[in-house]
Amino acid sequence: MKTAKTTLEKVEAGLPRRRRKEMAFRAIGVLATAVGVLFLGVFFATLIAEGSSAFRQTFMQIEVELREDVIAPGGELDLVYADFDGLVRTALREQFPDVSGRSDRRQLYRIVSAGAGYQLRDMVEADPDIIGSRQTVWVPAASNVDMLVKGNIDPDIDESLRPISDKQVAWVNTLRDAGKLERRFNKALFTNGDSREPELAGIRGAVMGSALMLVVTIVLSFPIGAAAAIYLEEFAPKSRWSDLIEVNINNLAAVPSIVFGLLGLAVFINWMALPRSAPLVGGLVLTLLTLPVIIIASRAAIQAVPPSIREAALGLGASETQVVFHHVLPLALPGMLTGTIIGMSRALGESAPLLMIGMVAFIVDVPGGFADPATALPVQIYLWADSPERAFAERTSAAIIVLLGFLLLMNLAAVIVRKRMERKW
Amino acid sequence: MLQQFGNNSSLSFALDFQHYGELTVSFQQKALTLLATSFLGLIFSAGASAQSGRDYVYVVGSSTVYPFATVVAERFGRSSEFKTPKIESTGSGGGLKLFCDGVGVDYPDVTNSSRAIKQSEVDSCAANGVTEIIEVKIGYDGIVIANAIGAPAMSLSRRDIFLALAKEVPGKADGELVENPYKTWADVNPDLPAARIEVLGPPPTSGTRDAFVELAMEGGCKTVPWIKELKSSDKNKYKAICHTIREDGAFVEAGENDNLIVQKLEANPDAFGIFGFSFLDQNMEKVKGAKVDAVAPTFDAIAEGDYPVSRPLYFYVKKAHVDVIPGLRGYLREFTSERAWGEEGYLSERGLIPMPDEERSEVASAVRELKPLSLASQ
Repeated sequence: MKTAKTTLEKVEAGLPRRRRKEMAFRAIGVLATAVGVLFLGVFFATLIAEGSSAFRQTFMQIEVELREDVIAPGGELDLVYADFDGLVRTALREQFPDVSGRSDRRQLYRIVSAGAGYQLRDMVEADPDIIGSRQTVWVPAASNVDMLVKGNIDPDIDESLRPISDKQVAWVNTLRDAGKLERRFNKALFTNGDSREPELAGIRGAVMGSALMLVVTIVLSFPIGAAAAIYLEEFAPKSRWSDLIEVNINNLAAVPSIVFGLLGLAVFINWMALPRSAPLVGGLVLTLLTLPVIIIASRAAIQAVPPSIREAALGLGASETQVVFHHVLPLALPGMLTGTIIGMSRALGESAPLLMIGMVAFIVDVPGGFADPATALPVQIYLWADSPERAFAERTSAAIIVLLGFLLLMNLAAVIVRKRMERKW
Repeated sequence: MLQQFGNNSSLSFALDFQHYGELTVSFQQKALTLLATSFLGLIFSAGASAQSGRDYVYVVGSSTVYPFATVVAERFGRSSEFKTPKIESTGSGGGLKLFCDGVGVDYPDVTNSSRAIKQSEVDSCAANGVTEIIEVKIGYDGIVIANAIGAPAMSLSRRDIFLALAKEVPGKADGELVENPYKTWADVNPDLPAARIEVLGPPPTSGTRDAFVELAMEGGCKTVPWIKELKSSDKNKYKAICHTIREDGAFVEAGENDNLIVQKLEANPDAFGIFGFSFLDQNMEKVKGAKVDAVAPTFDAIAEGDYPVSRPLYFYVKKAHVDVIPGLRGYLREFTSERAWGEEGYLSERGLIPMPDEERSEVASAVRELKPLSLASQ
């Protein structure tokens, strides 16, 4: 006699197949995560392997006589025209007295950075009393020497194939054996503006430019974004118009950033006649870029506030404005702030719109105000990546590490704001 | 306040906040008004300050000249009492457009260019009041065709280059054009290795591409007699044949980043790359330049004018801005000084090929006298 299967039997019959499906799905999930982690790992590993050496720089010790007749001829200090490079050269010749001949001497002068003369000038400027004395100073070595010491230039390959000659290698070795060559922390990377000498190039100008831009961006975009979100969410009548605005805002969030740069060029620079390359204009463009992000995040945060809060406040006699500003806004603020911080970190990483408003430029002086010419951290990375000098490769990676550090800090801030201030319902 | 709120019950907080709110509403309004006015003020003051003056030199233009101009600017900024000039890399065409937009502090003082200014650009300059332009030729740059250091050395003629890279090449009969059929270098010239043609080069927006097409491609193109005759009879067709690069994958546009091309050549020994001499100079242990018409791209060969694919580099200065913008005269003097552009100057270390002595002193004296460009319509 044929008996009908019970429900339990049916379930059990299908069970192995369902388990197999589940296992397969999990395996795919694990695989996808592993691939993601692998890419991230490779990215960080190459970045750190390449960039970490840039945080140290080779310095060499020279003993230089700050001759009064060179620095202050006739007793008058002339920092602009004094030949400090000549003093450095004399010091090098004294160190290697048997180097003779014009071309050999030229080669010798090239093992020290062009920054050595500037360093002496700054020393004299800070303390004019040292004029006439002999000073032992550590000055940056030329970038090719630095690359040699770091092992990025192989001294064993044919001389014609490397940017540093056999003689220069020998001098560097002599200095090293005498303890006059050292690798030290590369302070210049953090305290200098841009430079075409890799050993003098730093990111301070770019970091300042980015900071000034973000100040403009946050001061403008948070109040405007929050006000727009509150109005659209709490006060605006639901009509065809408000739907249209909503669709447009969502679309704007997906517009490629270069478009905002073009808009900035047309409106702020050509029409309003604001200066090119200024952090003010950069900040305005980034404001346009982050506004949709902030409005969308803020609206979501306001929507998440339960209606019971509003109803209770209204029930106790609060006006609509009071309900919003006393009850809804404080509860939505953590979400709005999180959205703002995420928007800011997107703004920090942008370079394309800045291209259009003249911020992709060689700027040595560190900007001090909103109208000074400035560049930004991602732009600095782009400019260094395009430089022919070898030593800029590691500095590019170092600048990327710094940028990632800032982004990490900002995202961490967003997480902390959310964790500490957010209320679960 | 918010922290507290998170821990208390919502009702007690609401009451608490209400009192707080009443007290602070007027303050909030004031703060907002203050913020708004101060910001408007900031914007307008910045705009006004940009109008009133500029105390630094503003340079735009070619990305090929950029590595040289920036070195001069930095040296000038550090060794003078003036600020360091600001240099934007906009490309030659973009730079000239900005340059020609007008006279005044909002417009650039100098534009760098990897080609000579065109008559149309002089006209558009003049239309905007930029009438007196000083042309400064600064030296030469070679364009090299390089491959990985481990790959076999190549010696190409310009004809080989044209046949390997043109979109259409001459067929068997005179006047006949066929879609470029060559797949390997040996197809082009039996003396060359039988490796696949694979060349990485700059995009059409680049000045390097313009110069390469004009000097190498057209140079090879002219060796075909019937095409050469076209030059006088049908110039447009001549240009279309000589200047159009194939699009079937043998020529890859690798973007403006020459470092990237060098890296790709290292990874692929069959590939060739086209870039400026300064990148070859800085990467001598990674890549080597092919001989063109039996001349290797060396510093001396380019300086002597023997290497066929080399071009002059320029910058252009607005005469009206000299002595108005602080430091502009000093920047010009620094650029045209022997220690910068001389045989052993610091620019030659960066890969700029200096002009002969006479030409240098000629240009330098023209700059001292601020002699403007004398193209026809002025």
